[in-house]
Amino acid sequence: MNTNLNTDQSLEKTIEPPKSSLGVFGWLKKNLFSNWYNSILTIISVIALFYIVKGVFSFVFISAQWSVISENYRLFMVGQYTKAEIWRVWSCLGVVSLLFGLSAGIWKGTARHMSVLLSVILLIHMLVPFTSGTAKMWLGINIGIVVFGYFLAPFIPKNKIITIAGWFLSFPFTIFLLNGFGVFSTVKTNVWGGLLLTLLISVVAIVVSFPIGILLALGRTSNLPIVKYFCIAYIEIIRGVPLITVFFMAQLMIPLFLPEGLEINNVLRVMIGATLFTAAYMAENVRGGLQSIPSGQFEAAKAIGLNGPQAMTFIIMPQALRAIIPAIVGQSISMFKDTSLVAIVGLIDLLGIAQTVISNPDFLGRQMEVYMYIALLYWVIAYSMSYASRRMEKSLGVGER
Amino acid sequence: MAKQNKVSTPFWRDNRIIPIMLQIIFVLIVLIVGGYLINNAIAGLERIGIELGLGFLGSTASFNISESLIDYQPTDTYGRAVMVGVLNTIKVSVIGIILATIIGIFVGIARLSNNWLVQKIAGLYIEIFRNTPLLVQIFIWYFAVFLKFPQVKEAFEIGPMYLSNRGAAIPWFELHSGSLIWSLLFIIGIIAAIIFWKTRLNTQVKTGERKYPFVWAIGSFITALILAFVFTQQGPVDMTYPVLGNFNFEGGHTVTPEFLAILIGLTAYTATYIAEIVRAGILSVSKGQKEAAKALGLKNSTTMRLVVFPQAIRIIIPPVTSQYLNLTKNSSLAVAVGYADLVSVGNTTLNQTGHAVEMILIMILVYLTLSLLTSLFMNIFNKKSQIVER
Repeated sequence: MNTNLNTDQSLEKTIEPPKSSLGVFGWLKKNLFSNWYNSILTIISVIALFYIVKGVFSFVFISAQWSVISENYRLFMVGQYTKAEIWRVWSCLGVVSLLFGLSAGIWKGTARHMSVLLSVILLIHMLVPFTSGTAKMWLGINIGIVVFGYFLAPFIPKNKIITIAGWFLSFPFTIFLLNGFGVFSTVKTNVWGGLLLTLLISVVAIVVSFPIGILLALGRTSNLPIVKYFCIAYIEIIRGVPLITVFFMAQLMIPLFLPEGLEINNVLRVMIGATLFTAAYMAENVRGGLQSIPSGQFEAAKAIGLNGPQAMTFIIMPQALRAIIPAIVGQSISMFKDTSLVAIVGLIDLLGIAQTVISNPDFLGRQMEVYMYIALLYWVIAYSMSYASRRMEKSLGVGER
Repeated sequence: MAKQNKVSTPFWRDNRIIPIMLQIIFVLIVLIVGGYLINNAIAGLERIGIELGLGFLGSTASFNISESLIDYQPTDTYGRAVMVGVLNTIKVSVIGIILATIIGIFVGIARLSNNWLVQKIAGLYIEIFRNTPLLVQIFIWYFAVFLKFPQVKEAFEIGPMYLSNRGAAIPWFELHSGSLIWSLLFIIGIIAAIIFWKTRLNTQVKTGERKYPFVWAIGSFITALILAFVFTQQGPVDMTYPVLGNFNFEGGHTVTPEFLAILIGLTAYTATYIAEIVRAGILSVSKGQKEAAKALGLKNSTTMRLVVFPQAIRIIIPPVTSQYLNLTKNSSLAVAVGYADLVSVGNTTLNQTGHAVEMILIMILVYLTLSLLTSLFMNIFNKKSQIVER
């Protein structure tokens, strides 16, 4: 928080102030009842908290009927993905588990926390009674894979490069395996759904928008006026309109712009919309990174004989990208949350599935349970991403000198 | 000398020509790709039999809109329907911005409170509402909270308000003949208060004598109000209270559950971001400033008002502006619960008429205008709050 303090500590060891020996009552007096208005605030907060906690508890443990979740669990996770082909989803999860395990083994720290979280989530799903026998088996295998990867990592030569490459390759591999593309029987994208679809759309949007964003940022900072104003116009227009209009545009106008006979299904259309939208925000993040690099760097690169593109690729960009990692994670989190909007344009992502389940007459009036559950899912993923980014920020020392 | 320069560089390595060449190539690519897409679109539109143009805005809309700020009947034109949508978007955004700012500032300060419990509750609120999608929150408010309220007959009664699944019935005011005089004297009172405050404060600062600017300002304002009451012999407005009628509430003003859901959703979500910005802004004021203020003998509240806050506000304004813009854009999620905002009306219109391209362009233009206006206002405000440097 206070950068002055940090630099001081690195120079000399400061003597810690003596530990306070106030005890429980001292702590209470200092932190809750230090003066009259703090006491009133504390009392009001305790009463409000009591009613909220009581309400939540009585809902979660007494009045809620959670069967609506457990009976539709498959739907929430993968939508209507063909039952016979479900092994593909599990295999993709297996690859991700292996990569998590390897990363945990190599980098420890944040990666290890994330792997433990993944294993715990898998374990919870294995222990709850409603998952089927095969699902429990797959879940068990996945936990095994995480642990295996963790202990295997130190023995692989060049493990860092392999793991990073693995993360990049896992993405096309997942798409390939889920779709089949003729090698396996094709599973059409219109049956992809649930959490699977939510994750896919957000990952595609982030990964694909990244290079586009870099190009737009370079265009915006370039000194070619036509290119510059084109990029400015694109970025500012996209940033000025709500995501939902971009999705409507993708759904209604992309089919118009294509030649007759060529059709793109609506999942892909939404992915294009999300990508074009995120690219504009990504470009602004990258531009921020570029601006944070002092011009001396560029001049130094020129001085040692690099030309413009070389200086950009080898000197400026690596530093700029390192500086904007937190911003990119933030962008990923908001994209992940914003994928819920695809439910409005008729896709069955996590929220879309929730809407379908609620409209099922067997589960009439179970809105609160369903929404609570998907809110929890979104929350766990978004919060763990922001947690990871905060830790990474600290370990990378971004923003500190 | 001159001859040497002429032969030196071939044109493909000439620093003056390369950029021009690059830009020509860029323009060509954009034109070819754009032309191809537009060509396809025109061909596609011809196939369906739709002509581009804004003429459709003049034809009868023939759909109902449940709430609007201006008179609207299904017999009115699409243009008027879109206008209703724009006004509804502005309505929910403006109220949302005001509420989110108030709550955000409170929560941001609570986050820095020296009361442990208050601090933790504020943190918990921020972490919960920030990390779940806004749309899910709006759905929870709408489908799981407001629509689950009891029927009108068994509505919850909170003071003069009623809560039912048709929304909240709240007391409302009606203007009468005296309202004009009231509003005039109200404005005069405020102006007088400001003038007294400034002049009295100035003399106090110059002479060092106590001139009680606050007492004078409040006093002049209250005098104006008393005068208004003496002239009109009645209150500023007539209040009407909701009464349970046969099928619905009569009197008062009924706020629809759609509006409530979208307003509360937007407010609760954006307030978390504003709270974090306020917190960061206050923390960014260096400790020395507070210590210096203490050393001068200022009270805690005075330190906050005169030393910390003016410095924090400079850091707070730019990110808060972008949150306001986000809130305005996010109000488009109203389409999901059926609140008749611009996107909702536009969507109905383009489904009925098929003029998707024009309608989406209108939406984009309106949102761009709103964004630019908000930025403009906030920039003016920002300029005022910056330090004047040499």
